[in-house]
Amino acid sequence: MKFFPLLLANLGRHKRRTILTMLSVALAMFLFASLRTVVTTLQRTGEFGGANRLVSMSASGFMVFLPVSYANRLQAIPGVDKVTWANWFGGRYGDGKRFFANFAVDADSYLAMYPEMSVPADQKEAFLRDRSGALIGARLLDVFGWRVGQNVTLIGTGYPGDWTLTIRGVYTPTDPAISDDALMFHWDLLDERSGRRGDAGWYILQIDNPGNAATVARAVDDMFRSSSAPTKTGTEQAFNASFATMWGNVSLLMNTIGMAVVFAILLVTANAMMMSARERTSEIAVLKTIGFTDGRLFVLTMLEAGLITVTGAVLGLGAAKLLYKASNFNAMGFLPGFDVTTSTLLLGAAIALVLMLASGIMPALRAARLPVVQALRTVE
Amino acid sequence: MKIPILYNVRSMLRRPVSTALTALGVGLVVAVFIGMLALANGFQAALVRTGSDQNVIVLRRSADAEINSGIERPAASLIASSPHVAKGAGGRALVSPEAYMIVPLPRLASDTNALANVVVRGISEAAWEVRTNIQLLAGRKPETGRAEVCIGRKLAGRMPDTNLGETIRFGGREWNVVCHFGAGGSSFESEIWAENEQVLPVFKRDVFNSLTFRMADPRGFDEVKRALEDNRQITVDVHRESEFYASQSQLLGAILRILAILITSIMAVGAIFGAVNTMYAAVSARTPEIAVLLTLGFPPRSVLASFLAESAIIAFAGGLIGCLLALPINGIVTSTTNWASFSEIAFSFMVTPALMLAGIMFAVIMGVLGGFFPARRAAKLPVIQALR
Repeated sequence: MKFFPLLLANLGRHKRRTILTMLSVALAMFLFASLRTVVTTLQRTGEFGGANRLVSMSASGFMVFLPVSYANRLQAIPGVDKVTWANWFGGRYGDGKRFFANFAVDADSYLAMYPEMSVPADQKEAFLRDRSGALIGARLLDVFGWRVGQNVTLIGTGYPGDWTLTIRGVYTPTDPAISDDALMFHWDLLDERSGRRGDAGWYILQIDNPGNAATVARAVDDMFRSSSAPTKTGTEQAFNASFATMWGNVSLLMNTIGMAVVFAILLVTANAMMMSARERTSEIAVLKTIGFTDGRLFVLTMLEAGLITVTGAVLGLGAAKLLYKASNFNAMGFLPGFDVTTSTLLLGAAIALVLMLASGIMPALRAARLPVVQALRTVE
Repeated sequence: MKIPILYNVRSMLRRPVSTALTALGVGLVVAVFIGMLALANGFQAALVRTGSDQNVIVLRRSADAEINSGIERPAASLIASSPHVAKGAGGRALVSPEAYMIVPLPRLASDTNALANVVVRGISEAAWEVRTNIQLLAGRKPETGRAEVCIGRKLAGRMPDTNLGETIRFGGREWNVVCHFGAGGSSFESEIWAENEQVLPVFKRDVFNSLTFRMADPRGFDEVKRALEDNRQITVDVHRESEFYASQSQLLGAILRILAILITSIMAVGAIFGAVNTMYAAVSARTPEIAVLLTLGFPPRSVLASFLAESAIIAFAGGLIGCLLALPINGIVTSTTNWASFSEIAFSFMVTPALMLAGIMFAVIMGVLGGFFPARRAAKLPVIQALR
């Protein structure tokens, strides 16, 4: 690439313009990567779910509970290996400004159901033994500066009163789609303090063969169909996917904004390239005179545009990747595992190339088609 | 002595492509700015309009939403008989103890998995009178003792089985659709209303979620609040209805606003860089002209102002383009889950004149920021050298 110094020299002529244009591209790429990562993270959450786990909740919606006595009957259904249940608690900590999910679980069976939640053996044992113990996600340690052994008080919203729990364990999810932004405590405590009503919010079943998911789900729903609390059962993945759809048109919104950002920056880059080309009319004529072919000048102009957009893209995409990794961003648990994916990076790179073509085409054609004699006439 | 603005306009027209590209770039930023804030505005307006400031909503103490609140029947009767409750026609107390349930319903035109969480509000007969913003659009009110529902206008047409005369299924039972209602664009329009005594047993409850009443003295809120919250027989929080529903929009509204500002300020920096490039190019292309202006006796101050104005005009044009781009989204209905109540609400994008004005101001600020350094260079141009 013997013309590389020439390219650099051209870019260096208007250093300020080159740098500002690169930075514009970098900012656009950063935004693009951020917006798209929201979409991919939601998609991933929607696709998460152990293939062998089913979720069963009341057919009348999540505000209606199921009797805890269903546990034994569910366990007896052929194909069901394990059963656990949980209840949304929705307590508020402090002023409630920092939201985090908190729910009551049947501790022993819940931890057995979710091997993706890794808890040190001694902490797990301590949590299981202490009926007013709590298990928290690793992130909450940082957010609130909590430590193991500390008492924390949640203010019940759905379950009245103050609930003081002792942090006995910290879990780290091994799958990024599981939030590390949650607190769990013993369902038994919840049930006792709310008057032994025996309410289970939802059941999670582990089945022996993922291929039987539909059959087992139907068997569960059939079993309780004519009871006073019918169920609706589906795969864990479908359950999570329905949460992802609750955001509504967020993907459309993010993609539209992303397009607008990319297009706005295309205008900035194209403008800069055109200004450079116009200023260099006589220079291009000179190059042609000394033997540069039209094709070569076309390619050189394109490459100049490419250097700007690709450098900008590398800066912007790289910054997004590193920043979200380093800051461990997760939007208060709404977007667990927020990480710029390889597909986003590749798409960003492709956009940089499109930007190069779109912003370079006019100046490049102009350079290639420049009539030498006329252009040289204007040399100062 | 000021340089006429016509000079700038003519200069811009000399390089139409560059001017247009810069203006369009600013325009896109403004369009995104207006679009995102129109979303936030529309969402918050839907909830702000929901409540009336003459009404009071009572929840269980510490409950932050109707979904996790509970008002026992004795407490409900006690509040209903309090002298703070206004009386309507025939001396009936204007009070509505309500059940608030969320049911999963399929959406029209989507795959079977996608369920929407829809609010079913069990109301008393007085509710229609307690809430002044409700209009019956078609049909008749549900009759007491019957499994009949009235469908909010934003649900009708988006959910199956919501037409008059059809039956809709939730809570393990069929309900006859007997009317459609509007509520001034508020979040009530995303709800299904039925009689409270019909809703509660279906969901195996005996406890209301909230209680809403009209105040006998609309200015007496503080007294009502004190009287009920200090009453030792009940443990409740008392909110002004308008403030309560507005507060339900705060979380998501704030998120949308923060997102809007974050995204558009990053975009704006890019657009400002574009303006900087354009203006520097303009200054260097017009170096001899500027020198002539200075020689003619225009003070550097005027040159600075002139180039700043030029940049601001380009950006202003961009702002107008942005408004035009954003205007068509006004009124488009979209929906999202309000996480504060965990239910889906539909609302319209709201592009207001104030918002467009803010967009144009935002554009002009971008122009002035982008034009400053190039304009300063123009003003400081050494005349002799430039004239050569």
